[in-house]
Parts: sequence; structure tokens; C-alpha cells
Amino acid sequence: MSNTVLSVENIHTFYGQIEALKGISVRVDEGEIVTLIGANGAGKSTTLNTISGLLTPKKGTIKLFGETISGLPVHKVTAKGVVQVPEGRRIFPRMTVEENLEMGAFLRNKEPAAVKESVTRVFDLFPRLKERRTQKGGTLSGGEQQMLAMGRGIMASPKLLMLDEPSMGLAPVVVEIIFDTIVKLNQEGITILLVEQNAAMALQVANRGYVLEVGTLALEGPGKELLHNEQVRKTYLGEV
Amino acid sequence: MSLSYLLEQTLNGITLGGLYALVALGYTLVYGILLMINFAHSELFMLGGYVGLGVLKVLSDPAVAKATGWGFLEPIQSFFMSGNFGFVMLLVATFGISAIVVGILGMFIERFAYRPLRHAPRLAPLISAIGVSIFLQNAVLLWIDSKQLPYTRVDGSAFVTAKTAFTIGSVNVSTMQVFIVVTSLVLLALLDTFVSKTRIGRAMRATSQDREAAGLMGVDINRVIALAFFIGPALGAIAGVFNGMYYGSVKFNMGFIPGIKSFTAAVIGGIGNLRGAMLGGFLLGIVESLASGFLSNAYRDVVAFVVLILVLIFRPGGLLGEAVAEKV
Repeated sequence: MSNTVLSVENIHTFYGQIEALKGISVRVDEGEIVTLIGANGAGKSTTLNTISGLLTPKKGTIKLFGETISGLPVHKVTAKGVVQVPEGRRIFPRMTVEENLEMGAFLRNKEPAAVKESVTRVFDLFPRLKERRTQKGGTLSGGEQQMLAMGRGIMASPKLLMLDEPSMGLAPVVVEIIFDTIVKLNQEGITILLVEQNAAMALQVANRGYVLEVGTLALEGPGKELLHNEQVRKTYLGEV
Repeated sequence: MSLSYLLEQTLNGITLGGLYALVALGYTLVYGILLMINFAHSELFMLGGYVGLGVLKVLSDPAVAKATGWGFLEPIQSFFMSGNFGFVMLLVATFGISAIVVGILGMFIERFAYRPLRHAPRLAPLISAIGVSIFLQNAVLLWIDSKQLPYTRVDGSAFVTAKTAFTIGSVNVSTMQVFIVVTSLVLLALLDTFVSKTRIGRAMRATSQDREAAGLMGVDINRVIALAFFIGPALGAIAGVFNGMYYGSVKFNMGFIPGIKSFTAAVIGGIGNLRGAMLGGFLLGIVESLASGFLSNAYRDVVAFVVLILVLIFRPGGLLGEAVAEKV
């Protein structure tokens, strides 16, 4: 039995009066890739934002290695090792690639040598970023920005890396690179929680998956199983 | 219209520009992070002048020691009034205390007047800022004085006597002018280095570019905002003390016009951009001085705002406004 990294227990999150999450429970074990799939508005991003502390759940608890982290402000959740690569990249457009990566390691100011190693590691994973290290983030292409956003996440040396729609709006070739990297990072020991609209790709790489439907859990199970589930195939993989 | 007259006006303009630049930084820092115009900033500039005057009187006016009957002030005053070292320490204490007091007040204002409205519609904090501005002006008017106070000791002697530092041709450059320009340039350079080279400075830039993403990096946003609300008002306060020393008096409503001018300078340079605020400040100061010297003093504001309009027509983002195309 492996260690449970994250356990989300029956969380309810509201936007004003609207209940966006109506009791979601998710578990991520050490070394896993877990994916949340579902249609637009199902609550996938809301779940990630609630875990990272951008949103606060009204009910329910979130635990990291058994310690409650729900209710903490976002920077404290990051300090605990939960690192979110947000939807739409959200890189710092007027900072260079290098500065963006340094921002990723903002809380690791006491270990400059290890931070340097992380930079090398990111540049090994994404040689394109190395070529463009002095370029401003805003001048990069969409794919490069996604690489930068992921690189920035890796720089934080996460215990749990949460990726929100990493393939959104990217060319198929780039999507391929991004997913290869996700698998590679996981093989290097990083636990990953992945939110994707590209359900087919996500379920192929994931150990386990959760299917969300308007704020509730519809299904859960091993990735391969969900991939062959008739309901999932019909609804999310576009098969008739 | 001799060359030396031109030079003299330019020097006046650079001095004025240094003051504008210091105040403009406060507007631009806050705008960069919160996308909000801190309309109370001009009042913090004004308060800086008052706090500076208070410190100067307590530390170097024998009449104050007598009037209050505080015997312990006498040895302190004799230290600050003896020799060059004492004088330099007096200036350091005056500017330092004024900057710190007003800086803390700035943080206080953010905490209680703006932070509760952070998620409110954008107009709400703006109105709150105007409220703070009116409150501060009236507080000074009621509790200190409605009249203008001379920036001197009770006996009328100036704390800092303006001497001629050096002459270029036939133009005298006063020590006060040198002092203002050098200090403002040093402070601008320090701030620029802080923001581009240090870890906290980088966190400030990150916060101004994407607040939520900066939070995800582990930056405590509230601390960054509080810091911006310390640095900006502290620089404004220093400008306020200079303003008092240079023009010789303070008044409760003295912040209004320099505040508007400095805000204009920040917009001319590209609001949100620190170097832009510096450039805009000096540019506006020089243009204004030349206009008042060569056209008429009555035209100085007209010319200043014409420059603003021209910049907004031809470079709406300001002179150094961000030109980076952001891909979505």
C-alpha cells in the first residue's frame, strides 16, 4: 500500500450563491497520476482551485499527508508542496523565461544550489525554453508558454503537481510533448493530479480517474477501465 | 532670453521633476499591483511635510524645548545643532522619521480603507481613497492649522540655509537643488535595483503581472501589497519634506496640485511602470519650468496638461508603457 498524498473529503465550494462543488471526494496516492475529467462547468478547475487555496470550501476537508490544508491561504498551501499549474498558463508576461522559473522557486530561497539543479532539469525537459531563456514570457508561443508554466511548477519541487488543462489550445504535436513530459515527470517520482478536457489522452496516462458531472462525482476507477467504460466513451470520447 | 536663463529654468525644472518623480512612484507602484489610483497619496505627501517640520522643530528649535518645558530636549538639540555631523544626522532623522511614519500610515490606510474592498467593484476603493484624502486634509486643518506654516524655527531661521553649491556660467545652483536632485536620483536607483534584482522585488513585479499566479508561486500577496503601500508613501513623504524646505512652508491643501501633477507624470511615463514614472516626473518638471519661464507662470499647468494630452493621443500607454504582445 502506498502513502496517500492528498485526500479531498466531501468538499462543497460556492461562487456566491451557486454551489459549484456538491460534495467531491478525491484521493491521490504517492507516485500516481490521477485525472479529473468532465465537461465544461463540471467543476474540475474549481476542485483544483479549492485544493490550492484560491477558493475556500464551505464544507469538507482537504488533507495533505494527513494534515488538514483546507482553509489555508494559497501561498501557505504552496509552501506545503501542493503546486498548481493554472489553466491558461498564467506565466508572467513581462518577465524573462529565467525570471519566470526563478519565481517558481520563490520559496526555495534557502537552497540556491538545488534551485540551479532544477533549472538545469527544466531546460533538459524543455530545450526550447533554454534557447529562449532571456526572452520575455509574453513573447513565447502558446506551447512554449505551457512548457514554461510546467517548468515553473517543477521549480517549486512539488510533493503534488496539479496541472489544469495543460493541453488546452495547443497543436497536436505540442500536446504530445506535454503528455510525454507528464509521464516522464511521474516516472521521476512526482505525484500528479491532472485536469483535462482531452479525456482520451488523460485516461491513457492516468493510473486512476474521476469523472465529474456538474459538481458531483459520476464515476471513478482505474484509467484503463474508464477508457473502456461505455458511458465514458459515449459522453467524453465522442463515440456514438 | 539668454542661455543662462534657459539653463536656470531647466535646473528649476529638474529639481521640481525630482519631486514629481518621487511622488509619481507612489501612484504607479500601487496602480501596478492593485489597478487602483490611490487618491490619498497626495495627502501622504502633504503629511510627510508636516511630520518633517515637527521632527525638525523638536530636534533643532530651542524655542520648542522652552515652550514645552522638556528639559531632556536640550542636549539632543545641542547635538543636532552642532557642526556638520549633527546637521547631517538631523537631516537623516527628519527624512527617516517622516518616511517611516507616513509609510506606516500608508500601510494602515491600505489595511482598513482598501483591503476590505479588494473584491468589490473597482469604483468602491476609488471612492474610499477620495474619502481618506478628504479625511486627512481635514484632520490636518482641524488638529494642526488651517493657515500655512513656515518651514522655519520659531525665530524665523531656516533649518537648512540655502547656499550656492556651485555656479555654471552666471547661474547659481543652490545646495538645496543639488540635495533634492541627488537624493531623488539615488532613491530612484535604489528602488529600481530593489525591484529588478531582489527576491522580494521580483515578487512585487510578479504580483503586478498576475496576482493569482504569484500567489500560486507562494508569494504572500497581502505582504507585497502592504510593502507597496509602505514604499510609495515613504517616498512621497520624503518629497513632502523637500517641498517644505524648498518652498519654505506647508499647508493642509498643499498636496492637491503636486499630487495631480505627479499622477500626470505617472500616466505620461506609462502608469504601472516605475522607470516611466521617473521619466515622466522629470519631463513634466522641466516642461513646466520652461513654460513658466518663457511663456508665463500662468501657463505652466496648461502646458503640463497639453503634454499629457499629446502623450495620450500618440502613445496611449504612456512613453514607457508596456509594448509586449501578450499571446492568449
